[in-house]
Amino acid sequence: MGKSMELRLSGTGGQGLILAGIIIADAAIRDGKNSVQSQSYGPEARGGASRAEVIISDEEIDYPRVAHPNVLLVMSQEAYDKFAADLDRGGVMIIDSTYVQERPGIDGAVYTLPISSTAREQVGREMVANVVALGAMVRITGVVSRRALADALLARIPRGTEELNLKALETGWQLAEKVLH
Amino acid sequence: MSQVIEMARLMQGNEAVAEGALAAGVRFFAGYPITPSTEIAEIMADRLPRLGGKFIQMEDEIAGLAAVIGASLAGLKALTATSGPGFSLMQENLGFAAMAEVPCVIVNVQRSGPSTGMPTSPAQGDVMQARWGTHGDHPVIVLSPSSVREAYDLTVRAVNLAEKYRVPVILLMDEVVGHLREKVVLPARGEVETVDRPSPKVPPGEYVPFRPEDNLVPPMANFGEGYRYHVTGLAHDEKGTPTNNPALAEQLLLRLHDKINMHLDDILLDDAKFLEDAEIVVLAYGSTARPARRAVKEARGRGIKAGLYRPLTLWPFPAKKVRELAEQAHSIIVPEMNLGQYRLEVERVVRDRARVSGVNRVHGELIEPEEITAAILEVV
Repeated sequence: MGKSMELRLSGTGGQGLILAGIIIADAAIRDGKNSVQSQSYGPEARGGASRAEVIISDEEIDYPRVAHPNVLLVMSQEAYDKFAADLDRGGVMIIDSTYVQERPGIDGAVYTLPISSTAREQVGREMVANVVALGAMVRITGVVSRRALADALLARIPRGTEELNLKALETGWQLAEKVLH
Repeated sequence: MSQVIEMARLMQGNEAVAEGALAAGVRFFAGYPITPSTEIAEIMADRLPRLGGKFIQMEDEIAGLAAVIGASLAGLKALTATSGPGFSLMQENLGFAAMAEVPCVIVNVQRSGPSTGMPTSPAQGDVMQARWGTHGDHPVIVLSPSSVREAYDLTVRAVNLAEKYRVPVILLMDEVVGHLREKVVLPARGEVETVDRPSPKVPPGEYVPFRPEDNLVPPMANFGEGYRYHVTGLAHDEKGTPTNNPALAEQLLLRLHDKINMHLDDILLDDAKFLEDAEIVVLAYGSTARPARRAVKEARGRGIKAGLYRPLTLWPFPAKKVRELAEQAHSIIVPEMNLGQYRLEVERVVRDRARVSGVNRVHGELIEPEEITAAILEVV
């Protein structure tokens, strides 16, 4: 099996994590790779656990689910409690400190960032916390190119929200920049 | 607006079904939205009116398939999409379509059941229902895709087979393939082969609506074209007139089955990997074929002669091929997100020629490759 990157984006229904997963998978294709995106969610429109999974590979992808993510985004306490232990050895975990307060047993590369509060305070809408998270995640992990990420983002959001979303992406990028230096 | 899709793009399984339906010439959709099939209705509602087609949201799934049958009788290629609870409601009209030989396609994106079950979780629990859900011995064709591209291809194929043989065709998806997004390159519009129903070669006065041609399929006159005839779910003679004549009733039932059984070479479709020298065969379909393929690759990596057989046509059952596999392999493993529905059929055909076992999960999650690997190691 060739080198592949497996990502899990987890949190609460309504945080836009499935859309974030779609954008990453779309960006990977724009980078010339193979990708699959799958999801698991409850019947609720909002609330309830939600997760999106993405696999990026140069080869054909058989199994579309992720057991041990190389990249794990955690945007709720419930998601942390449920998924933190699944992180692959050597994997990267990005935690939204706005909603995850208790973090027992952290081991490995963990980045704790105030994603949702930054979306609310600096971008002006908490709704774009998913895009702030994308910016930070891609800056930290380099799973897709920034250009492909921006193109995929613009292709997948409602018309009229381009400026807001690009601002959110840049804000996330800078948020990661700060902790990397 | 029709658009030519030639570039690689990220597409969802349900989206691929809608694209495939439109490419195959479907111009009518009636149904009732239900998770996890809703995207198909959503896209058809958006696209069909722009192509001069019709989308109707009906009051329930019974009416959904009824409207599809009506549209098909009036000459349109017609499709509906649903999930388990809606598929149950469609069974009566499915039997009508089989009996009256009305071409139509029913997409069932399977979710956990029985009843409303777990609406957002995958299952493969409708395999037997797809074959035997409606009452009476009836012909049916059931196709099952494992990838987004295959969802597109098999939707086109479902429409073509329905038209060619005047039979309801079920595209049996599951939530994983329906909601999965992956990279696809779709064929250009002109490259998609489409099939139209056989039309009468005689003027209305000489038309005998249910008199078959040599291939046992009767030419079909569309309502509104000047041909008048009676369509009924009752046993009928060649003119479409209801009959209780035992000989005529049996003749009809046998022809309905023979028109499918004499064309198995055309209808049965499958795929294989590492099957040439396989001593252990994993027989899997739908999304379950994906962890199966990974497990077979891993087994090969360990030097185990394992292979994957993947029926794309679930029904009619590929009995001849499965019998051959049983002669070649000592074990056949059938992983399914149900309690062994297709395995029963495999066992029926294999008898004692090979050992048959299952990997069966009904917890609403896709089976993991490791579970299939463990089953392979058990029979090495």
